[in-house]
Order: sequence, then structure tokens, then C-alpha cells
Amino acid sequence: MSSQVIFGQLVVGLINGSFYALLSLGFAIIVGLLGIINVAQGTFYMLGAFGSWMLLNYLGIGYWPALVLSPLGAALLGMLLEKTLISRVYHLDHIYGLLLTYGLMMFIMGAFIYFYATAGRPYPVPEELRGGYDLGFMFLPKYRAWVVLMAVVFCFGTWYAIEKTAIGRTLRAATENPQLTRAFGINVPALLTFGFGVGVALAGFAGVMAAPIYSVSPLMGGDLVIVIFAVVVVGGMGSILGSIVTAFSLGLLEGLAKVVYPQGSNMVIFVIMLVVLLVKPAGLFGHEK
Amino acid sequence: MADALSLAIADLHAFYGDSHVLHGVSLDIPAGECVTIIGRNGAGKTTTLRSIMGLIQKRTGSIKIAGQDVIAAPPEKVARLGVAYVPEERGIYATLDVTENLLLPRKVNDRGMSIDDIYALFPNLKERRRSQGTRLSGGEQQMLAIARVLRTGASLFLLDEPTEGLAPVIVQQIGKAIELMKSQGHTIVLVEQNFRFATKIADRHYVMERGRIIDMIPRAEVAAKATQIQQYLGI
Amino acid sequence: MSAIDTKPTDTKPAAEAESFATSRKLDYAFYALALLVLIAAPFFVYPLFLAKVLCFCLFACAFNLLLGSVGLLSLGHAAFFGSAAYIAGHALKVWGLPFELAALLGTAAAAVLGVAFGYISIRRSGLYFAMITLALGQMIYFLAFQLPFTHAEDGLTAVPRGKLLGLFDLNNNLVLYYTAAVVFVAGYLLIHRITHSTFGQILNGIRENQPRMISLGYRVNDYKLAVFALSATLAGLAGATKTMVVQLASPVDVHWATSGDVILMALLGGVGTLFGPVVGAVLVEMLQFYLADSGLPIQMVIGAIFVLCILVFRQGIVGEINRILGR
Repeated sequence: MSSQVIFGQLVVGLINGSFYALLSLGFAIIVGLLGIINVAQGTFYMLGAFGSWMLLNYLGIGYWPALVLSPLGAALLGMLLEKTLISRVYHLDHIYGLLLTYGLMMFIMGAFIYFYATAGRPYPVPEELRGGYDLGFMFLPKYRAWVVLMAVVFCFGTWYAIEKTAIGRTLRAATENPQLTRAFGINVPALLTFGFGVGVALAGFAGVMAAPIYSVSPLMGGDLVIVIFAVVVVGGMGSILGSIVTAFSLGLLEGLAKVVYPQGSNMVIFVIMLVVLLVKPAGLFGHEK
Repeated sequence: MADALSLAIADLHAFYGDSHVLHGVSLDIPAGECVTIIGRNGAGKTTTLRSIMGLIQKRTGSIKIAGQDVIAAPPEKVARLGVAYVPEERGIYATLDVTENLLLPRKVNDRGMSIDDIYALFPNLKERRRSQGTRLSGGEQQMLAIARVLRTGASLFLLDEPTEGLAPVIVQQIGKAIELMKSQGHTIVLVEQNFRFATKIADRHYVMERGRIIDMIPRAEVAAKATQIQQYLGI
Repeated sequence: MSAIDTKPTDTKPAAEAESFATSRKLDYAFYALALLVLIAAPFFVYPLFLAKVLCFCLFACAFNLLLGSVGLLSLGHAAFFGSAAYIAGHALKVWGLPFELAALLGTAAAAVLGVAFGYISIRRSGLYFAMITLALGQMIYFLAFQLPFTHAEDGLTAVPRGKLLGLFDLNNNLVLYYTAAVVFVAGYLLIHRITHSTFGQILNGIRENQPRMISLGYRVNDYKLAVFALSATLAGLAGATKTMVVQLASPVDVHWATSGDVILMALLGGVGTLFGPVVGAVLVEMLQFYLADSGLPIQMVIGAIFVLCILVFRQGIVGEINRILGR
């Protein structure tokens, strides 16, 4: 087996890991802050990708502005949905939040399938990021390096913002004890809306970055949320850093599996989840409640 | 001197789910006064404070802070009027360290204490400023809970059993902080089981029983009514 | 975890005994009527469609056995339904077994899978449980594409129906329908029996207050595993029967969207009721049938109904009717 193939698959694994990490991170913020299992997380990823496609094809707006505008659009839609629909189920059992976002996912995905059908639409790699580097042992396309770099920067940026800044401090407080936090003059309902926006914006951002790699289709992201679930179960909900590390590792392992045993590569994450559940039910970085 | 806030409660009813906890509580506390609410466990003292703060959703009647009715206001709005709350369970955040806990409450104005002044008042907290909230001892948690609301510039303080279960040295320190609030002219509502502690500080005492105010004792009458007070408290 | 809104069915005080008896009579009258409808229906509506609907009715009831009784939301029930569909299809088509044996094999496979998945997933509760069942279900979906006998995206097509007990030709629409009806009624009665047994009451107790049940000495995980396996088994029976009826087992049967459909059926009809899932299944199947020809987006409509159910209609249709009747 050539090293070219192995490293090639490892890069694919890293790319996938990047998307898993961005989506899981957003997912973890939402579940921590709002107690909502956002099944529609993959839908916002699709919206991010579709947003950039629409910007390009309807308005002639290219990749770089789309990288900001499209996640922003996804965040605005997310915040609108949170404010009007999702916030109505906070006082109920968490199951209802999960089912509500499932319904929203079906609705949004169904709408896009209805209007755009399921065929993939290409999205060009931005000019500045075409070509690649010959590393000797392998050829690394520039765009892929960019995706991994951005994912790492955004993941750790988000982690830093949550752990070290004033807004992160407020978010952590609201996650831990929302009622009391309100008594300290903090508008927690608005903060929840904001947190939901941030969470889905990360997914939308991943979607924009995915657009040039995978083709843009209403079906993209439909199954992604299941991988996110597995990441969260493996990593445990306790730590943000834990879920980032887990996401990248699982992506890499999936890439490796493609080299060793291609038929089973899409199962490897779930097999790992099984093993973790049997050995350490709380997850690798989680705490047993 | 800060512009202290007055507090006037009339016919306050509060409910936890279906159970009716407060049955028409009325209090009238002019700006700058320090009063306690005393009574046995389950009399409704904590619920009264939580109702003022807006932490109990189902409530009727009127709660006026400096003349403004907040019966329908959410907690953050009450807090932004300049009301500070120190809950009975202290409410120290485990995921925040001491400094972060101190910095969390939103400032109401610039008249509050600086972080340095607060650390001067509670030197123990300064030593532990990088510790996570959960690593603190009970006394340190209580100091932090009080220190936390000194920074915001609030001028109506709702303190729920700040001396509960603490060593006498720490009770003294807490007392000092409350004396300081008082000397700055703030309004203080203190729920307290430790009546000796309460008599030293408060101008008046409201007695609660079964969700109602059943008596009001000014400082001057405390000595004369000692037996009755003991009866109220079930000592 | 605190469970989804369900109305406890067995907590009527003695003072209400009389109204309870009336309600009992009402139940019997209702079920007698339902049975009549069940018998007469194929003379008014296309029997093949009805038979398929009955399979989904059983599937929805099986799913709700888990959610309604013990409050566990499974997002991966299509795995049991679909696995049994494949196994039964293979047994019918390749091994040439009669329907009763094929259904038995399919159901047994679902039972085994149910025990395995149950063992893993009940290690976590609440939302984690739901996420784990979905991930496990997705594994089965991938397997359906990988295994040699499942024929990837085509699935098992043109599955022969054969003869029931070697006597009755299942290609006869009425024989087919009544076979499905008997399977459904048997499954429904079993679920009814389970729900009203001591076992069912213990499950309700776990749903309402798990710590209390643990402190009373119940091994709650054993009970959860048992009901999980039962639910999976009955979902398998539904799936196996469905393969025979529509002569097809495909990846759709194991896809998460099918798990989603069955949740909607239960939710729409009423999670806290026994009969609700039946109503829900009939409605969802009818909806899909009519929308398929209309060119309207099925998924959008299903998504919208989901959202409506959650926001304004949490008791479901039967639940709301019960509430109006004051029961």
C-alpha cells in the first residue's frame, strides 16, 4: 500500500473530523445551554452550504463573503426558530425539544428537496485556494489544508471564548444555573437565543467550507447528526475540549479504516461508540452523574 | 450616599405549582432601613425573597421597589433596578472561579465597590481567587456570595440566612460586611435564624408564620418581647 | 428521567369505581366496534393497502410500548422493523419457507437484536438513550448496504407470499388482509396485556420515579431491558409481516426516517394511550398515500405535523378525546 493512499485517507479523515468537530461543538453548546438535542444541526450545515451556493448563483457573491454571510443567515434563522418555537418547550421534558427539532429538520430538508431536488450542485474552490503542496510523501490540496486549519482555529477560538472571556463566563453561568443567573441582572432568555445562534452558526460555517469539497445538496448533513450523536456519546458531554478532540480522532480513525477495511469504514465510529459504552458508559471525558 | 431603594409589598400571594405558599404578605420598608424576616422553617421567608426577586413565576399582589411595581417583572429586570440577592444555598457557580463569580453580576451603576476593595474586605477570597467555586469551604462560599453583590452598585439587598452553619469568626466577618452596607445607607432585608445576630443589626423584625406576617417588632421592643419572640421561633 | 406526558391509567381511587365501570363498558363497546370495522374494512377499501397500514399500526404500538410505559424514547426502532423485514424476506424468497416460519425467523432476529441493543442503550438514560438508539440503528442501516443477502439499495424485491399453513393462498387479497389483521390483533392484545399487568405497573413506576423504584428494590435495568426486547420483538413481527404484504424489504425499512415516522404515529395518536398509535399510524399512512400522488412534499408536511403535535397537541388525538370525555 502506498504512503500516498494512507496519507490521502488520513487527510480525508482530518477533513471529516473538522466537520464533526465544528458541528459537535455547536451541538454541545446548544445542549449544555438550552437542554435541547438539536437534531437539526446537520440541517444548518446544509443551509450553510446552500446559502453560499445561492449567494453565488443568485447574487454573484463569492466564497469569502459567503464564509461570513451564510453562517450569519443560518444563525438568524436559528435564532428566529428558537425565539418563536423552540423556547416554548423548555419547561417540558427534553424529549420534546428533540422531537421538535426533528420536525424542523424534516420541514426544512423537505422544502429544499421540493424546490431543488436531491441532485448535488457543484461549488467552485475559491481561486486563492486552488492547487496544492507537494510534501514529498503526498500531495496536499491547498483547500483541504485550509479547511483543517480553519476548523482548528474556530474550535479552539470557541473554546477560548467560552473558558476565558466575559461572554463565555456568562454562558457558563447560565448553563449551570439559569434562574439564579437571571437574578444577577443577566437576560438569560436572550442569552439562550444567542447561544443557539452561535451553535448553528458553527454548523453553517462548516457547511460553507464543505461546499467546494462535497457537492451542495438538500440531503447533505442528513446523516451527519447521527455521527455527532456518536461523538457526543464517546466524548461525554462534560467537556468542550473533550468533544473537539473526540471529533478529530474519530474522523482520523474513520480515515484509517478506509485504508485498512474500506467496507466497514462508515461503521467504525459506531463500533467505537459501542466499545466506549460498554467500557466507560459516561464517555471518555464525561462524568458519571 | 447611594440612593437607597424602598420596598413595599402588599397582599403578596405565591405558589409553587399547585401549593399556595404565601397568603397575603405585606411589608413596608423605607429606603435605608435594615429589617429581618424571622420565623420557623417553612414559614415562607425564602419564598418571600424569591418572590421579590421574580424567581417565583406564579405570584399575585403588588411588590413596589422605589414605587415601581415589579410583580410581573422577570428577575433580570428586578436586578437591574438595583436589587441584589444572596440566596440561601449561596449559588456559587462550580464552573466559574472566584474572580469569575465576582465579575458575573451585571453592574447597575458605578457606585459599587471595586474588586480591590472587596478583596480588602475579604482577604481569604483574594488568596483563593483562582479556585473553582466548588473548591471553597462553606464560609468562603458565603463570603463570596455576599462579596459578589457588593460590586454591582445595588442598593436593596436581599440576604437569605447569610450566617447559616458558619463558624463564629466568619459570622463576624459577614456581620462586618452587612454593617458596611448599612453604613452606606442601603436597604437590607435579612432572613435570619440566628436571632442574636439579627438583633445587633436590624431596625425592625417581621415575624412570619405559615405564609403570613404575624407580627412586627421594632428594635426598642425586642427586650420586652423576648419570651414571645422565643415562642415565634420555636426555641 | 422524568417522562413524557402520559396519563397514568391505573390510579383511579375507589370513589370513582362506578365511573370506572362505565368507562370499562365504554372500552368494550369501543373495541367491539373497532373489531367490526376491522372485519368489514376490506370490502370498502383496497385490502392490500389496509394490510400494510395494519403492519404499521402494530409497529407504532410496539414502539409505544417502550415510550408509553417506561418513558424511553427510541430513535432506532426501524432497525428491528427492518431487520425482521429483511430476514423474513430472505426466508420467503431464497429459502422458500412459508410465511409463518419466515415471520417467526424475522421476529426472532428482531428479538435478539433488541436484547443486544437494549443491553447497550439502557446503560444511559434520557437523551443519551435516544442518541444511542439512533446511532445503533444507523449501524443496521449501513449493514443493509454491506451484507451480501440484502442487495444494497434495491433490497429484496418481488418476495413471494406463498401459502399460509400450506393451505391458504396469501396472494388472495382477503386472505392476505385477514392474516395481517390476525397478526395485528394478536400483537395489540399482547401489548394490552403487558400494559395492564404488574410488570406494566412497575414500568409505569419507573417512568414516574426511577429512584424510588430502585430504593424499593426493583432492578430497574432488568425491567427496561425486558420491555425494550418485547418492543423490538413486536416491531420485528410488524416488519416481517410487512415484507410479505408489500413483497419488498428495502433500506427504507431500516432508515432513521422510518424510526421518525413511527414516533410521529405514536405522538399524533397519543403516546399516553394504547389505541393512539393505531390512529396515528392510519393517519400517517393515509397521508403518505395521498401525498405520494399529489406531488406535494411529504417530508415538509410530516415535519409540519411534527412541530404542531409538539407545540399544541402533546396528548395526541386519542389523548385529547380522552381528556374531553374526562377520563
